[in-house]
Amino acid sequence: MTDTTTDGATEPVRWEPGAELPTLTITPDRYVTVRYAGASGDFNPIHIDEEFAQQVGLPGRILHGLWTMAQVARAQTDAVGGAEGPGALQRLEVGFRGMAFPEQEIVVTSKVTAVEDGVAVVTSTAKQGSTRVVRGGSAHVRVPDRG
Amino acid sequence: MAETTAPVGKRYPAVTYAVGREKIREYARAVGETNPLYLDVAAARAAGYDDVVAPPMFVVVYSSAAIGAALYDPEVGIDMQRLVHGAQEFAWERVLVAGEEVSTVVALDEVRYVETADLTYYVFGATTTDSEGAVVSTGVWSNIVRGAGR
Repeated sequence: MTDTTTDGATEPVRWEPGAELPTLTITPDRYVTVRYAGASGDFNPIHIDEEFAQQVGLPGRILHGLWTMAQVARAQTDAVGGAEGPGALQRLEVGFRGMAFPEQEIVVTSKVTAVEDGVAVVTSTAKQGSTRVVRGGSAHVRVPDRG
Repeated sequence: MAETTAPVGKRYPAVTYAVGREKIREYARAVGETNPLYLDVAAARAAGYDDVVAPPMFVVVYSSAAIGAALYDPEVGIDMQRLVHGAQEFAWERVLVAGEEVSTVVALDEVRYVETADLTYYVFGATTTDSEGAVVSTGVWSNIVRGAGR
């Protein structure tokens, strides 16, 4: 199984205050938490064991918060793109709020609030349906030379 | 009242991590990354890197053992059943590529009990350095334990 990702508009990103970065939309598949547990080393059963999750009062297995944070990071690095993308993200902070679940679409939106000395300050949120799963996301992104 | 015996300021032994090509690929796939720099050695080399590049959030992988040791420290005494990941910050100085070795030191920076909400905040700071001792990344891991005070 694979996750389904849609990166937003392909028109060039405007790195200026008020500009929105391309929206990142991803529907994590049923087993994403299992793959992420293996990749990250976080095997907390609330992410991978449906019965356990329900026993501790959750509706079901929930996504790892850091997986969702990785989507917020990816929205920034993909907005820069190419060889400069991975190194462009200098800083990222997020607050975790509502729970997110596999097999439901997550939408990451990001907006440039300031640009200073070639670094954009970007606010970002991740939502699943009406639940805001990442709140107060703030990134520092080095603006690509090609502008 | 909340127990306040957690050893604020405690520093944990450095944990080294060898950044591997296949682990980067495994991680990149698990989070849906498609940039060929993370997946394709030839593409990474063409862009001037020695090997595949680790996505920034790979910081979670190389600092996981160091954070885990602090989080599960009996002296800190976190009840994992009541633990919620509240907030997370990372800052990156540079990208890592496969073949590098890094070292992460974690400290318990802050413990704060909020009586009105009956929540205890445990804030861990992590610093990762490369083989030359230069900082690669730092992290602030904010964990919340619900109802720990009663």
